[in-house]
Amino acid sequence: MCQLRHLQELESEAIFVIREVAAQFERPSLLFSGGKDSIVLVYLAQKAFWPARILFPLVHIDTGHNFDETLLFRDALVEKFHARLIVGSVQESIDTGRVVEEQGYNASRNILQTVTLLDTIEKYKFDAAIGGGRRDEEKARAKERFFSHRDEFGQWDPKNQRPELWNIFNGKKRMGEHFRVFPISNWTEMDIWQYILHENIDLPSIYYTHERKVFNRDGVWLAWAPFMKLKEKEMVEIRKVRCRTVGDITCTGLSLSTANSLEDIIREIAATRVTERGGRYDDQRSDAAMEDRKKEGYF
Amino acid sequence: MTKHQDSSGEFSSKVYLEMELLRFTTAGSVDDGKSTLIGRLLYDSKSIFEDQLDAVKKASLKKGSEHLNLALLTDGLRAEREQGITIDVAYRYFATPHRKFIIADTPGHIQYTRNMVTGASTANAAIILIDARNGVTEQTHRHAYIASLLEIPHIIVCINKMDLQDYREEVFNRIKTDFKSFSDQVFPGKDVRFIPISALHGDNVVDPSENMDWYQEGTLLQALENIPISNDHNLTDGRFPVQFIIRPESNEFHDYRGYAGRIAGGFFHKGDRILVLPSRIPSVITSINTFNNTQEEAFAPMSVTLTLADAIDISRGDMIVQENNIPRESTTIEVMLCWMNQRPLQVNGKYAVKHTTRDVRCMVREVKYILNINTLEKQEEEKVVKLNDIACVMLLTTKPLFYDPYSVNRITGSLILIDESTNETMGAGMIL
Repeated sequence: MCQLRHLQELESEAIFVIREVAAQFERPSLLFSGGKDSIVLVYLAQKAFWPARILFPLVHIDTGHNFDETLLFRDALVEKFHARLIVGSVQESIDTGRVVEEQGYNASRNILQTVTLLDTIEKYKFDAAIGGGRRDEEKARAKERFFSHRDEFGQWDPKNQRPELWNIFNGKKRMGEHFRVFPISNWTEMDIWQYILHENIDLPSIYYTHERKVFNRDGVWLAWAPFMKLKEKEMVEIRKVRCRTVGDITCTGLSLSTANSLEDIIREIAATRVTERGGRYDDQRSDAAMEDRKKEGYF
Repeated sequence: MTKHQDSSGEFSSKVYLEMELLRFTTAGSVDDGKSTLIGRLLYDSKSIFEDQLDAVKKASLKKGSEHLNLALLTDGLRAEREQGITIDVAYRYFATPHRKFIIADTPGHIQYTRNMVTGASTANAAIILIDARNGVTEQTHRHAYIASLLEIPHIIVCINKMDLQDYREEVFNRIKTDFKSFSDQVFPGKDVRFIPISALHGDNVVDPSENMDWYQEGTLLQALENIPISNDHNLTDGRFPVQFIIRPESNEFHDYRGYAGRIAGGFFHKGDRILVLPSRIPSVITSINTFNNTQEEAFAPMSVTLTLADAIDISRGDMIVQENNIPRESTTIEVMLCWMNQRPLQVNGKYAVKHTTRDVRCMVREVKYILNINTLEKQEEEKVVKLNDIACVMLLTTKPLFYDPYSVNRITGSLILIDESTNETMGAGMIL
C-alpha cells in the first residue's frame, strides 16, 4: 500500500511546515488559544520533534474573558508537554492605556487582542508565530499562505502576497517583520475532529455537553458571565450546551447539544448545516470583518 | 450532510479515514464560468452551509443580481467582491465518500499567470474550462501549456455553456478535435478527458445531464473521484532532503541524532544502504521514526525521522539517497522559469535560491529564449523576462544542487528565486 490516506497526507504536510519553522526562524512561537485547532497544533508539534520536546513556547493571548475550563486545560497541557507558556494579557493592555475597552451590549475584547498579540510578539522578539487558522473557516482565510508575511506593523497585505509553490516556503524577512505560519491550512473542521478521535486527543470539557447559564441574543446562545450586559427581555436560563469553537466568552456562540463523546460530536457536525464560525459574533460585524481584522494583525 | 455513511446509514468515521486526497486546479478565462463551476460543485455535492448560502443570497441581491450568483461563494477579499474579479489563489474544500478534494481556485486574467502556476504546482489534476461558444482560444493554449509545464498528471477539459449551444454533440466534438491538435504537441500521451457541461444548470457536473444523452462517459465529479492518483508521486528514486536535525539532549535519548524530513521520492527501508550528499559518505538506515513509533519502511510524501548507523556530519540542505540511485549534481542549472514579479529578471543578477531544503545563491548566466505560450514559439532574440513570462534560463549556483529533472520528480526538480534585497519570491523554476 503506497498511497497515503487524506488525513495522513495532511498530517505529513503540517509536520513538514512546523519543522520548516524551526529551521528557518530564530525565535518561533506557537499561538495557543485553548481551542481544538491549537490543541491539535501542539500534538503535531510534539510529533514533529519527537523524541525532543516541542521547541517553541506556547503563547496565550488572554482576554480575561475566558471560560475557566480553558485555563485549567491550558495549564495541564503545558505541564504534560513540559512546554513553556507565555501569557499576553489584554487586561494589562487596558490598564496601561494601550487600548480602550469597548462599551455597550456587544462589547468584546476580541479586537483588542490584536494590540496585545503584536505587543507580545515585539516584546519577546518572535520572528514567527504558528497559528491554527484554517482556510475553510472563513473566506478571507481561504486566501492565506502557509507562510504569511507581516510587515513591521504586523499588517497583512492580502493583495500583495508572495506566491507559494510546491512545498517551498520563503520565510525571508527584514528586521522587525515577522511571519504567521498556518500548518493546518488545508484541514477542514471535520478533519480536525476525525484526527482528534483517531489520535485520542484530550479536549477541554466545554466541547462536550454541560449545563450552563446562557442567554439568547439574535438567535445565538451566549454564555452568561458577570461582565456580560443583558438587554431588556434577554433572560438567563440554564441549558445543556457545548462549544463548537472556543474563543472569548463574549463572542463564542454555544450549541444546544447533548453530545458527550467525540462520536456524538462528529455525528452532530456531519448533520449540521451551519459553518462553525456561523455562531461567532465577531465575524458577523460585516462581510469583511475577518479580512479587516487580519490586515491589522489579528490571528 | 448525509455523506460518509456506513451500511446502516450512520455517519462512519471508518469510511472517512479511508478517503484519498486529490488536489486540483481550475483554469479558465474571465467569463468562462469558472467560479460558477466551483460554486456548482460545492452546491450540488452539498458542501455549502446555510449561513454561507444566506450570505451569497444577500450579496447577490445587493449587487442587483437576478439569480443566485454562485461565483460570490469563492471571492474572499473585499476588492474581489467589489470588482467581481478574483485576484489571488483561494483554496476550497469538499469531500465525497471516496475522496477529499482541495481546489486551488486561480484567477483567469491574462496578467495572473503567476497565480495559475502557483495553483498548478501542487495539483494532481487540472480542469481546463472552455466556453462552448468561443471554442479553443489563445487563453486555452496558455492554460494547457502551463498545465503541461507544471507536469500536472491529469487534465480534464470541461466544455462549458453547452446550454447556449443547444447541447449539440458536434459543438463538443469540434472543440475536442481542436484542443487535441494542440495538446498532442504539448502533452503527448497524457491523461486528458473531455466533458460537456453546463455549470449554470448543473449538466454533467455532479448529476448526469438529461440534455446530452449522446454523452455517456460520466460526470465531472465521477472523473474527479476515479482518477488514479497512486502514481502521482515519484515512488522510484529514493530522495530524502534533510530538513532538520533532532537532538533531544535528554537522559533517555542521550545519543539520539535523528534526521527529520519529508520524503521527496521513492521508498526507504530500515537496513537500506544510503549515501549522504554532498559528502558521499555511505551509511545504513537503523530506524525510521514517526512519533513514538518505528516502522520498517516509509515512502513519499511521508514526514519521518531517520537514524543512521554512523555518526556523520549532516546538516539541513544535505540529501540522503539510495546508494545505487543518485540524483544529478551540478552548479549549472537549466530551468524553465515563470517570472512572478513586476521587476524584470536581471541577467547577470544574483538571487537567493531555495531548492528542496537547500539554500544557495545563483547568478543568472543567460536567457536562452522566452516562450510565446500561445504559439509555443521560442523567441531567442527576446532577453527581457517580465512578469508572467516563461523563459528558458541558465543559472550558475554557488554550491551544487542535487536534483532530478522536473519531469521525473516535481519536488527535487523545482526551485524558487528570491530577491536578496526585498525578500520577495521572484520566480519559479522547473529544472530541465
